[in-house]
Amino acid sequence: MTASLSSSLAAALPDWVPSGWAILDFPATKWAILILLLVMPLASLLTWAERRQSAMMQDRLGPNRANIGPIKLKGILHFVADALKMIFKEDFVPANVHKGLFALAPILALAPVLIAFAIIPFGPTIFPHEFTKVLDPVELASNPAAPQFADSIRLQIFRADWGLIFYFAVLTLANYGGTIAGWASYNKWALLGGLRSSSQMMSYEVAMGLSLMTPFLIAGSLEPGYIVEHGANPELSPAHPLNWLWAGGSVWLVAPALFSLLLFFTAGIAETKRAPFDIPEGEPEIIGYFVEYSGIRWGMFFLAEFIEIVFISAVIATVFFGGYHVPFLEANGFRVPGLMIPGLESPTGYWHLPMPHGLVVGLQIMAFGAKVVILCWFQLMIRWTLPRFRADQLMNLGWKLLLPLSLLTIMVTALLKLIMMM
Amino acid sequence: MSAAHHEDDHEPHDGPKVLTETTSAGGKKIRTVQVVRPEPHDASFLEAGAKGLGITLKHFARNLFLPLRKASARAKAGAPVDEKWKNEIETVQYPEEKVTYPERFRGLHRLMLRDDGAVRCVACMCCPTVCPAHCITIIPAETDNKGIEKKPAVFEIDELRCVVCGLCVEACPCDAIRMDTGEHARPTEERADGIETLETMLARGIRSTAKQGGEGPNWRERATGTPDGEVNR
Repeated sequence: MTASLSSSLAAALPDWVPSGWAILDFPATKWAILILLLVMPLASLLTWAERRQSAMMQDRLGPNRANIGPIKLKGILHFVADALKMIFKEDFVPANVHKGLFALAPILALAPVLIAFAIIPFGPTIFPHEFTKVLDPVELASNPAAPQFADSIRLQIFRADWGLIFYFAVLTLANYGGTIAGWASYNKWALLGGLRSSSQMMSYEVAMGLSLMTPFLIAGSLEPGYIVEHGANPELSPAHPLNWLWAGGSVWLVAPALFSLLLFFTAGIAETKRAPFDIPEGEPEIIGYFVEYSGIRWGMFFLAEFIEIVFISAVIATVFFGGYHVPFLEANGFRVPGLMIPGLESPTGYWHLPMPHGLVVGLQIMAFGAKVVILCWFQLMIRWTLPRFRADQLMNLGWKLLLPLSLLTIMVTALLKLIMMM
Repeated sequence: MSAAHHEDDHEPHDGPKVLTETTSAGGKKIRTVQVVRPEPHDASFLEAGAKGLGITLKHFARNLFLPLRKASARAKAGAPVDEKWKNEIETVQYPEEKVTYPERFRGLHRLMLRDDGAVRCVACMCCPTVCPAHCITIIPAETDNKGIEKKPAVFEIDELRCVVCGLCVEACPCDAIRMDTGEHARPTEERADGIETLETMLARGIRSTAKQGGEGPNWRERATGTPDGEVNR
């Protein structure tokens, strides 16, 4: 069936589009699958989860009424109602706005976040011919060109040694979305909001980039896929939780690794422009850059914000929490060192539970999703707990606290690495 | 930070501590003041932020998981649920759940009935006269009963205009109009639907136990020994 489908597709598509199994390894296919199956549903659900969660934190119930007939799903359908409302609402464009830039700004806010997802490895490499069999890692390492490993699908869209730099380069463009929206709106308050947005994003991107230098020093790569596949310590398996970067791979590196995680998380929340860092928007009183937007154009800013939450969570899960790895789940099943169960002891000192490749892949993708969801949940917790900073407090925190601390963390990590190498 | 505050405590006024105070050549006062800045651990908001997260997390977990435990505990035994397992959600799910109004809540009007089921109102025009919102319209008609003389042919109250002050009930000399239904004015799509008519208000009415023509001048003595609230019901 696949063959007939791909042959009919091949007739319709240009030459550079691959056919057969390779179409699944094609970046556009992977990007569409990732965005449509993971990112968009999660971001839409977050709009509901945020309201329900904040309600639960404040001893309320939150939205639980939207329904299609008897189907209520605890109010999850509210995001469908919201989307329909925003699409069919009047798209009001005020007089005197710069029409072109006004239309461009929401796209500039949304597109970079979607592009930046290209660097995230959201699952292991899939070998379709081995799907029901237990994978042999030794065979894979020694003979990767063997026929059973053909047509492999790498669940990372864009792989480059400068992966995390690419993320900073692309996400900085989202900055223009807010600033241009403020400028094009022909509204002084919107313009001020846009300026606040750009000053905040620029201040925190410094601390953000520098706090990611610590994982770089520990893992030795800026490529998220490499960090996930190797972890901090080459002697341990990447599935070992102590090998993930929050633990630093060594007793000495735990403190700097955890500290850079804290710094990156703080700067990441500032980057998403949400409370306690929602100075650019400040919807209730100080009025943000999208004050003149309505309908689905406003919805795009809103969605971009939620996708940024998912993205920051995905980056933290990838860099600090082992990405798609389930603790002790290797490519061929669970392998727990030191766990001796009578009757299941293996001569190598490992407890081993073999599992088919398909099951391992499924578990690992689900683990990545679970990590992202938990980190999103934690971001929402912070957003509904802490009050908004004042603009000067924000700048003080960014430049006087986060920046020196991230520089200090880099120096300490570098020194520790040097001592460990000697 | 706290030390600086204690020093400020015996200052006569709030504000920064004055270190030196001189007068310039131009006669202007020049003051040097001590500015209180937060300590680094306060400025980073870490301690307070962690404390706040603990509080919100406690509420979230309690409200998310305790309903499940409560439900399973109820299903198991039907035993009374321990107070500490109750979640703290305050929301009333309105159309299904309703808060009972206080006893003296002034709700929709109703017109009371005589023993024979006729309207008690004698169209004396006290209530439209006293009504500050001018929302009561009465058109009187004659009755066959010469002792009563008048009855309302039309009795309408515009509930959209009513300010729910209760003066009509106070003014009524024969317990004909009451606001003790415990219902509030219903939302309507047309303004005309907000008008209560004689029929709708009579439908809510009951027979009044008030005696026609009153109890007479010495009603107080005769009511002695009656339980509270029974005299006029």
